[in-house]
Amino acid sequence: MGVKSKKEFEANDYPILAEYEGGSIVLAKLDDLINWSRANSLWPLTFGTRCCAIEFMAVGASRHDMSRFGMEVARATPRQADLIIISGTINYKMAPVLRRLYDQIADPKYVVAMGGCAVSGGPFFYNSYAVVKGADHVIPVDVYIPGCPPRPEALLYGMLQLHKKIKRQRYFSRKQQKNTPQP
Amino acid sequence: MTNEELQACLTGEFPKAEITLGKQYVEMVVQAEDLHETSAKLKALPVLSFDYLFCLTGVDYPEKMQIVYHLESVKHRHTLVLKTNTADRVDPKVDTVSDVWQTAKYHEREVYDLLGVKFNNHNDLRRLFLDDTWGFPLRKDYKDEVRIVER
Repeated sequence: MGVKSKKEFEANDYPILAEYEGGSIVLAKLDDLINWSRANSLWPLTFGTRCCAIEFMAVGASRHDMSRFGMEVARATPRQADLIIISGTINYKMAPVLRRLYDQIADPKYVVAMGGCAVSGGPFFYNSYAVVKGADHVIPVDVYIPGCPPRPEALLYGMLQLHKKIKRQRYFSRKQQKNTPQP
Repeated sequence: MTNEELQACLTGEFPKAEITLGKQYVEMVVQAEDLHETSAKLKALPVLSFDYLFCLTGVDYPEKMQIVYHLESVKHRHTLVLKTNTADRVDPKVDTVSDVWQTAKYHEREVYDLLGVKFNNHNDLRRLFLDDTWGFPLRKDYKDEVRIVER
């Protein structure tokens, strides 16, 4: 599983059942395993509608390097993607396309609204006939990242917030947490 | 040709038009009924040979609708701003220049789409960006209670 030291498990309070030469047995919840693997390979859809897409590309490039978090594989088809990063303005002509792309992504799917335009319409909130006032009028959004456009660090922080959200999800535990999708 | 020479040349060729020297370009205002004849002549005359229309826009004024044509001659390297007005703001009609400059086809469709100016004799005057349920959103009196948050 890529975990090198015993300390890392202990930090997460997983009890070690038995220790033997060359390894040990750890008891953990299946939910945690699923969430860990899901959170660390989020494939975003290649979807950029405006200048935020440039920052998105910068995050993908070597300086900021989002492959550290397992999300470097930007997919050009929604069938293979896990999340949409809405990087840019959504206007009324684009809205049905966005809705269709969202519907084509397989569950579980996540949406990140990046930048002022995707959060609320941003600079186009007033007196605009064409811009949707926030992408959450079209599809449900998990994480909002303000900024015009946000710095790459802000996008990475937003992605880590999404990681946190994913790691809280429960698929098999009896006790369902509030606001988590049912299996 | 410099702007002053161009202005003198145009004044000789088009006595009915109103020609002034703007900050950057020579500006010529013609009547809407003279527009097609004028533009064909601007392209055809060898001294002028305005063979390149690089911008076509519409402007909504309180009392009139104005169409602005930016013309350039690739051969002579001079530029002209041609303007025409229609007093009818509700249902404005201007002759097309798409038979003179092919590129005007799309430009005129865009102006029709956003300002509602109808171009006579245009062979394919459909909306370019918006669907048919829209009004003409770049008009100053355009109202939309649902989509627009006024400030």
